Amino acid sequence: MRFRWSNVILSMGYIFLYFPLICIVLYSLNESRFVSSWTGFSLKWYRALVSNPIILRATVTSLKIASVSATISIMLGVIAAIVLTRFMVFRGKALFLGAIMAPLVMPEVVMGLSLLMLFIGMEDFFGWPHRNESSTVVIAHITMTLSYVTMLIQSRLRDLDNSIEEAALDLGASPLKVFFVITLPMIAPSIVLGWLMAFALSLDDVVIASFVAGPGSTTLPMVIFSSLRLGISPEVNAIATILMTVLSITVIMLAIFIYKDKSIKNS
Amino acid sequence: MYRIEERIISWFTELAAKVSGRHILVAIPFGWIFVFFICPCLILMKISFAEGLIASPPYTTLMDWLSGYLLQIRINLGNYALLFTDEMYIRGFATSVMIAGASTACCLLIGFPMAYAIARSPRRIRGILLMLVVLPFWTSFLIRVYAWIMLLSPCGFINSLLLKFHLIDAPLQLMNNSYAACMGIIYAYLPFMIFPLYGAIEKSDYSLMEAAYDLGCSPIKAFFSIVVPLASPGVYAGSALVFVPAIGEFVIPELLGGAQTLTVGRLVWNEFFQNMSWPTAAALSIILLIFVVLPIVLAQRSREVTI
Repeated sequence: MRFRWSNVILSMGYIFLYFPLICIVLYSLNESRFVSSWTGFSLKWYRALVSNPIILRATVTSLKIASVSATISIMLGVIAAIVLTRFMVFRGKALFLGAIMAPLVMPEVVMGLSLLMLFIGMEDFFGWPHRNESSTVVIAHITMTLSYVTMLIQSRLRDLDNSIEEAALDLGASPLKVFFVITLPMIAPSIVLGWLMAFALSLDDVVIASFVAGPGSTTLPMVIFSSLRLGISPEVNAIATILMTVLSITVIMLAIFIYKDKSIKNS
Repeated sequence: MYRIEERIISWFTELAAKVSGRHILVAIPFGWIFVFFICPCLILMKISFAEGLIASPPYTTLMDWLSGYLLQIRINLGNYALLFTDEMYIRGFATSVMIAGASTACCLLIGFPMAYAIARSPRRIRGILLMLVVLPFWTSFLIRVYAWIMLLSPCGFINSLLLKFHLIDAPLQLMNNSYAACMGIIYAYLPFMIFPLYGAIEKSDYSLMEAAYDLGCSPIKAFFSIVVPLASPGVYAGSALVFVPAIGEFVIPELLGGAQTLTVGRLVWNEFFQNMSWPTAAALSIILLIFVVLPIVLAQRSREVTI
């Protein structure tokens, strides 16, 4: 292989992207508490993690919030994407698009603050949502992830040929049946991808959750964030490694799944 | 009486006939966004014109029914006046703009060569190379910031390496300054820059470059007069995608920037959680929103001009 500048640039770029993460994985296996010395291989930080009740409870809360919010978000996102791609131009369509996409550019602090103001007002007025439950975080995360999910499904729907749907409608299928029998199976890979994306975004959020979460619904990122303020901690290395492994395996499997799906269709 | 009832019923049936499934489909997501996105923004705007109180909720109402038909409206511009007169807030905005601008420029400097190299690599490995760019993005955001704490902190990786080889005697202060905050932002948002750039460069026609070489153009001149102009939509989009989240960023300056790197995001947080001054926090957020919307409008404009 001959020398090329582009290879040098790429390898430097990927070293920049991956070196910090590899460091985390290595030091999560270090026996010593300090980065300065490598005293030996050990899994003791992982054991410390499993016996830490705060982290375990926060993990369960986070997983619950992420799965519920991703599920609702994907349902709303599919509806919004169908409105945006399959409906003829209607009055206020530009406004609809703008409103759906606006949360993408909203700074997290502003979104957290404004939602908290709304929740406090609503609790005074209707007595719901109660801040001790995690419903406030779920609502906030749905609002935060809806635009990403809508964008993803919308791009998939736009690429799809809608003549099959039209043919089914011409042959007398009800719109609801067309959706469940034709559209839904065709966009299924994007729905899985969108769900995972919403799940990951929800699992990742610390700012909005810090604003809206009540005392009973501390999420995992909030726990990590508060321990990061104190500096390096080997337990966080261990959590980080677990999260990274799980997420990257999921993403790679998904990529292979979608790639195969595409190559089957193409051949 | 009978006729009125009949009319009401017919009015309802007409309405029901008009409201089809389509209306409901439009109403569900839009209603969600209206209640949980637009309403909170309006409430925030309302609170930014209120006065702070030591009560619950800690701000005054804008409208009061005095007696009978007398409606009193009090609008307090003091919160905004404070932001434009107090040096701390002005410096906060300046710090945010500077950090976001510098990180956007650095992302462009790192991202452009990478995107170019990926776009010019053999087609069969492009997908893998792009996936390698996104993969770190799927690991938690906090963890990517934490990775830099581990590298830069006084007892972190870089300092312990330098100490071990006796290149320095005392740990360098690499963290808790605005450079570290920039570093974190560059690392966290680099994929946002690479993707639009890759899209633009990949679409552009490589034969133009070959033609320029054949006609005796130097590679550097050909790069700047052909590749860069053709990639400009990607440059605008990528810059907006990095600048917009960077300017409102809270986590990175908080963890890497130290006490003196007070960005707007941190100011909003501190006003709310420490000073309990909701109206000031609301006013800061509204001004921050203007800083966010402005680059998007500019990017949109430049795209329209280039088209």
